[in-house]
Amino acid sequence: MFLSDIVKFIAQILSRQRFRTIVLWVAIAIGVVAVNLLTALGEGAKSYVLEEFNVLGRNTLITLPGKKETKGGMPPLTGESPRPLTLKDAQAISRLAGVKAVAPLVLGNIEVSYAGKLREVLMMGSSRSFFDIRHLEVGQGRLLPELPFNKGEAVCVIGNKLSSELFASQPALGEWVRAGDSRFRVIGILKEGGTSFGFDMNDVMIIPVVNAQSLFNKDGLFRMFAEVRSHQELNSIKAKIVELVKERHEGEEDITVISQDAMLSSVQKILDTLTYAVTGIASVSMLVAGILIMNMMIITVSQRTKEIGLLKALGATSARVRLLFLCEAGLIAIVAALSGLLLSHAVLLLANSYFEDIQFHSPWWAQLGSVVLAVVFALLFAWLPAQRAASLAPVEAMQGKQQKGQA
Amino acid sequence: MIELSHLEKSFQIGDQTVHALDDVSLTIETGEYVAVMGPSGSGKSTLMNILGLLDRANSGRYLLDDINVSDLTEAERTHVRSQKIGFVFQSYHLVSRLTARENIELPMVLSGIPAKQRTIAVDEILEKLSLVDRAHHSPNQLSGGQRQRVAIGRAIVMKPSILLADEPTGNLDSKSGAEVTALLESLNAEGITLIVVTHDQAMGDRARRQLRMLDGRLT
Repeated sequence: MFLSDIVKFIAQILSRQRFRTIVLWVAIAIGVVAVNLLTALGEGAKSYVLEEFNVLGRNTLITLPGKKETKGGMPPLTGESPRPLTLKDAQAISRLAGVKAVAPLVLGNIEVSYAGKLREVLMMGSSRSFFDIRHLEVGQGRLLPELPFNKGEAVCVIGNKLSSELFASQPALGEWVRAGDSRFRVIGILKEGGTSFGFDMNDVMIIPVVNAQSLFNKDGLFRMFAEVRSHQELNSIKAKIVELVKERHEGEEDITVISQDAMLSSVQKILDTLTYAVTGIASVSMLVAGILIMNMMIITVSQRTKEIGLLKALGATSARVRLLFLCEAGLIAIVAALSGLLLSHAVLLLANSYFEDIQFHSPWWAQLGSVVLAVVFALLFAWLPAQRAASLAPVEAMQGKQQKGQA
Repeated sequence: MIELSHLEKSFQIGDQTVHALDDVSLTIETGEYVAVMGPSGSGKSTLMNILGLLDRANSGRYLLDDINVSDLTEAERTHVRSQKIGFVFQSYHLVSRLTARENIELPMVLSGIPAKQRTIAVDEILEKLSLVDRAHHSPNQLSGGQRQRVAIGRAIVMKPSILLADEPTGNLDSKSGAEVTALLESLNAEGITLIVVTHDQAMGDRARRQLRMLDGRLT
């Protein structure tokens, strides 16, 4: 039998038994799509969580007031300690050797207004270095000026969304916005960006830290970010900060200093669980896809068995018959699996253009695994019945007998 | 020429042993027209399957044109079968997705004969069986008589020396049956050895030689 005849024979099967071809195609493609979409979902969630915690660089230490006594777990996110962390503490820390920059942070919700329009926003009081540490950039205007911590100025940088809501299409730079009983001149508008630690950075107003302290009438800092010169020094500087603040707070160790590594390790369990979940999802959907393919293959067995018997009676050897049916199954499995892969990429592309914060990517092992598994399943379940039918005497097979019996 | 000597074939059904062929010896000359008759279960189908190399006997010797086919491997038997034997079945066994033409061509495709040669041979057969205007119809667009003619075309396309027909008119009305019988007999007249298994006494009587089987024996 010539290769061209084999191809033609298979093409006739696939094109003239269209219903069977389409159902098999869809079954295989759905299996591949399911594996890829589900793992992409899991991987997307995982990398989203990782990214959230990666906003801080590896060289950043976060100091918060209050001491968490027990080991492990997240430090308190809110809550005031009896002895607040002050700007003076921040200043002292910024003079430590090895500390590159320090950014204090005061936080509060406040109503801002411009030309009769009122908006409730998240107000952040900080310094110039805050923008570097948190990787924030302005799209228009400039950042907060470099000021000593204890010196204020009535200026603000506002988020993208806030700008468009207060000013619509009017130029915002240079305009005065009222916040509480103070007024601030807009000097910069942040580039459009995502959230970080749950704060929507498009909807914030950032002012010098002293102004925020007087606006909210509180001394204590919510957080203090410190950037160290090199990663190696991270732990020694962490100890130095604790020591320094203890000294300044009359021997009381009442702050918590955490690094990104420490935070990451505290969410490591969650990440591990996510990884297991993704793997579990992938293997379950692969199994489902395999069973789908198996069923489709087995349904066609009795029809196949008769044809195999006939082909043998007409002068085809068992090996030739098996080859024909394997080629047929392999061809449709490969085409269907690849189209499933293509479809899942198209869906992911669409999803990724719709959701900006979270990106879905099916990992390479899921892509490869789903295609290989689909083809292997299809071949296996084409081969088993074909093998059985081919080992029957032609006449028995033509009578549609499925079991190898003696009759 | 077919020479069978002392063929035995038995099946195990449950704990019973059924002797489908019991010491069968038989010689059929090239070009003969033989009818094999007998009640169901007498072993005629088994004899046909062994003659057609679709099955093998437990013991005994089968010489086909002086080749001892009992000793051949499956692949060799398949080759001999495709070259020397054509089959006609009661229920046609056409491949439903293939056209009449493609069904007739199938044995040549499986034997690896080049397309040009196939076209010539199939054209000739379509002409001979008056199926030219049906060549591109699928089997379910054809009448029973036409289907059996396609099946006969498929059986003779490789120019075999033996044509085995198992109840070839069993599913046909009397008019189509008579046509198919006439066609088979005309092929026999051209020199092919024709062996027909039938229940039909009238058809059996037309053969020049009748073999009767009972309980696995020739009587």
